[in-house]
Amino acid sequence: MVTINGEPRAAEGMTVLELLASMKLMPERTAVMIGGEILPKSNYNQTLADGDEVDIIGFVGGG
Amino acid sequence: MTEITETVFAEAVDSRSDKPIYYVMKSARVGIAGLGGLGSNIASALVRSGVGHLTLADFDTVEISNINRQLYTLSHIGQKKASALPEILHEINPFCDILSHSIRITAENCKKIFADCDIIIEAFDVPEQKAMLVNTVMEQLPKKYLISGSGMAGFGNANAITTRRITDKLTLCGDGVTDVAQGVGLTASRVMICAGHMAARAVEIILQKGVHDYE
Repeated sequence: MVTINGEPRAAEGMTVLELLASMKLMPERTAVMIGGEILPKSNYNQTLADGDEVDIIGFVGGG
Repeated sequence: MTEITETVFAEAVDSRSDKPIYYVMKSARVGIAGLGGLGSNIASALVRSGVGHLTLADFDTVEISNINRQLYTLSHIGQKKASALPEILHEINPFCDILSHSIRITAENCKKIFADCDIIIEAFDVPEQKAMLVNTVMEQLPKKYLISGSGMAGFGNANAITTRRITDKLTLCGDGVTDVAQGVGLTASRVMICAGHMAARAVEIILQKGVHDYE
């Protein structure tokens, strides 16, 4: 199990890009943290592992 | 009218609080990326609270379409936001040191512009820019406190706008979902609520942590 924004999900084995696509999030509008550390965009091909704690922020427009 | 010296200003800021805060606020250095609805209203709140240094950055010019939610007045139309905002802020608090850049913030120049700040506030409008700033600060300036705003468009429930701590350093304010691209517009009330959340988090960090405990 992977914890995504506090919720368990069977996402182990997926890449971050695949996970974002499944959540209908555009990579250029997101910030992804694994274990509280920011994941650089160049590492979005990284495969998620069992026990990973992932925080995903999908930004929306307006300010 | 009595001359408004910094001592008079500090006493007024502290007049209703048991513990003086002005000189703690004065020692804080805050950076604001984007001087629109969020950034201009956050800056207003922070200088009223006595923040001693602001680094501001925005490439944009004040337009009539900004007046519905941004701190500017009609007399500022056509002026660069990076020049108009310090004028307004100094009318409120002339003792705040303001360094203002009329520049587009990128992943390349961000670190240099905000290197001296204790807290960096993301106050952009466009989601790609918001993501760029948050990613860049967390990668290149990981010891800085970072406050970001996402989801304050429209005229829906004001209570949907919240403050969430994502990590020790990163705070996210907003309702997280209401996108101006949905065609719901932006209203001063909701934008100012989100700006208030963001400014409140900055003040909380400054007063709870003390500026010298940041790193």
